[in-house]
Amino acid sequence: MHSTAYPQAPASDQNPIAEFRAASKHYGEVVAADAISLSIMPGEFLSFLGPSGCGKTTALRMLAGFEAPTSGEMLLDGVRVNDLPPHKRPVNMVFQHYALFPHMNVADNISYGLRQQRPKPAAAFVAQKVAETLERVRLPGFDTRRIWEMSGGQQQRVALARALINQPKILLLDEPMAALDRKLRREMQIELQSLQRALGITFVLVTHDQEEALSMSDRICIMRAGRIVQIGAPRDLYDAPNSRYVADFVGKSNFFEGTLSSVSGLMGAVDLPTGPGRGRLGQDVAVGRKVSLSVRPEQIYLSPTGGAFAVQVRNRIFLGEHTEYLVNNPSLGDFLVLVSRQTEATLGAFDPGQDAFADWTPEAALILNND
Amino acid sequence: MRPKLINRLLLAPAGIWFLAMLVLPLAVVLVFSFGERGQSGGYVPAFTFAQYLNLPARWKAFENTLTLAPVGTLIVLLIAYPLAYFLALRANPKWRTLLLILVIVPFWTSILIRSYAWIFILGGRGIPALLDMLGLHNLRLINTPFAVLVGIVYGYLPLMVFPIFVSLERLDKRLLEASADLGSPPWRSFLQITLPLSLPGMATGCMLVFILLMGEFLIPAMLGGGKVFFVGNALVDLFLQSRNWAFGSAVAVALVVVMLVTVTIYMRAMTRWGNGRDDVSLM
Ligand SMILES: Nc1ncnc2c1ncn2[C@@H]1O[C@H](COP(=O)(O)OP(=O)(O)OP(=O)(O)O)[C@@H](O)[C@H]1O
Ligand SMILES: [Mg+2]
Repeated sequence: MHSTAYPQAPASDQNPIAEFRAASKHYGEVVAADAISLSIMPGEFLSFLGPSGCGKTTALRMLAGFEAPTSGEMLLDGVRVNDLPPHKRPVNMVFQHYALFPHMNVADNISYGLRQQRPKPAAAFVAQKVAETLERVRLPGFDTRRIWEMSGGQQQRVALARALINQPKILLLDEPMAALDRKLRREMQIELQSLQRALGITFVLVTHDQEEALSMSDRICIMRAGRIVQIGAPRDLYDAPNSRYVADFVGKSNFFEGTLSSVSGLMGAVDLPTGPGRGRLGQDVAVGRKVSLSVRPEQIYLSPTGGAFAVQVRNRIFLGEHTEYLVNNPSLGDFLVLVSRQTEATLGAFDPGQDAFADWTPEAALILNND
Repeated sequence: MRPKLINRLLLAPAGIWFLAMLVLPLAVVLVFSFGERGQSGGYVPAFTFAQYLNLPARWKAFENTLTLAPVGTLIVLLIAYPLAYFLALRANPKWRTLLLILVIVPFWTSILIRSYAWIFILGGRGIPALLDMLGLHNLRLINTPFAVLVGIVYGYLPLMVFPIFVSLERLDKRLLEASADLGSPPWRSFLQITLPLSLPGMATGCMLVFILLMGEFLIPAMLGGGKVFFVGNALVDLFLQSRNWAFGSAVAVALVVVMLVTVTIYMRAMTRWGNGRDDVSLM
């Protein structure tokens, strides 16, 4: 088996293991995927992230071979596979609701992929593989269990084991954790990540849970209405979103709208109702255009004594290590501020109704088009 | 009121119905079967096994029933499955309802009228006449087991199509995708996924058709023309023509026993097979 003890960063001189080349999928009038172009590198953990109906599943299904692109090309290992049926692709999928075979026990479900190989592998080999895979997903001894006797989390592991047994070149996961409760989901995320590192298999995950995508992926593909709007490492997407849509989708952000009044180098100034607000230019913007100043809640300081914006505390939500305040400035409106436990320890907590001051540095603000 | 009492009250109508419609007639038939035929027919109370000892006289009816009912069920199954498969998985959903209605259209007229149509089609001026023109002479279709089987397939097809259709319709299409994803070509996915998961529908359909066929008398009467007759025909004959109620009752009891035995064996086999394959329940 192709396994490495240490995570290997995808090297740039490698050839992509899969490629979308302007791949589109139309369902009658509906454009589910709109000229998607993307290279997936061997060994990477890539996520498709976007709201419901944006075409994530469609992209995954084109990789698996369930849908042929209406136009454009799909490549696996450099070979055009537009019309290669799913059973001939070295790619396996964990389905959203697992799609386990109800008339087979756990072992038969897991060994299904092996049993489809021709010539047929020996029974002893199959049995050994099943035992190994069950061990790998931490379900040893569950071979003869019926599917409906398994909990949701266990079923998910069976689905994972079933998809892994053929050692696919790419493992596709369609919202695999959507049906799990929060704690179990967190555990599975960690397990999936370490499994991916251990096996060195390329993982492509579909999710609409941004936290999940941020915590697990090497790269995230943000989708909107069938298109990819930004691809990047989680941190890059968070720190340098290329649009208001991405800033809004990845993490929380406050948007203050105004007209771009001047640009100097990488910085610009926006005419806010309270006066000019400076920020980094996040994308191509033209002076005179309506833009948004995007500021993350944790980048805003709250102080009882001084700051650029006088605010009144509206609401306070305790989040454990942070406290989230909803504050109001008569000109800017409502916005969110995230205060860490440490800061609270020095400045004290703010009570709803209390007057305070908010401020942020120009480097923390990002100027984005107002689309 | 205690829940137990409510349960009993709720069950009472069904219980009374069961008693009046099933147990009572069966008891009467059982009593009759030990009696004797009266002078001018009917029934005279007695206690004799004579009627049962006389059963071999109707052996041919049992033989016909016990061969043509299973064979008929099998043929109906073989024709109904592809039809149900097409309707559930291949037909355009827009047309599905219409096609389903077409399957049951024959039920809109009486089986009597439909059988007359078949008498004509299979009779001397129907298909045999056509074949005669093509050089195939003196072929007789009507009043043969073949004609009875044609009638059976025609009459019972919808009964088999529907349960199979339902089980195929309910089949989660993603299971087929999962199977393809794991390397199985479509025909093997059919054998490994579709077929086993539609077994409950097949089992229900076979059961339904088989049980009803065991009691069939109209199709053999019309298309078998007295040459191919079922137990049902023997019963009609005994009760209505020769008015030998006692012997008729013995034949009826024998049919019920045969039916109970075959159905029990069938159910046993099905559940055992189902359990062995850790399947979904079959009934
Ligand atoms: N078989 C189909 N026929 C017609 N339209 C379809 C079909 N499959 C998907 N669509 C449409 O294509 C668009 C993208 O669907 P897709 O399933 O890829 O979305 P998604 O991003 O996976 O959404 P979700 O998060 O809800 O699963 C949607 O508007 C959907 O209605
Ligand atoms: Mg989806």
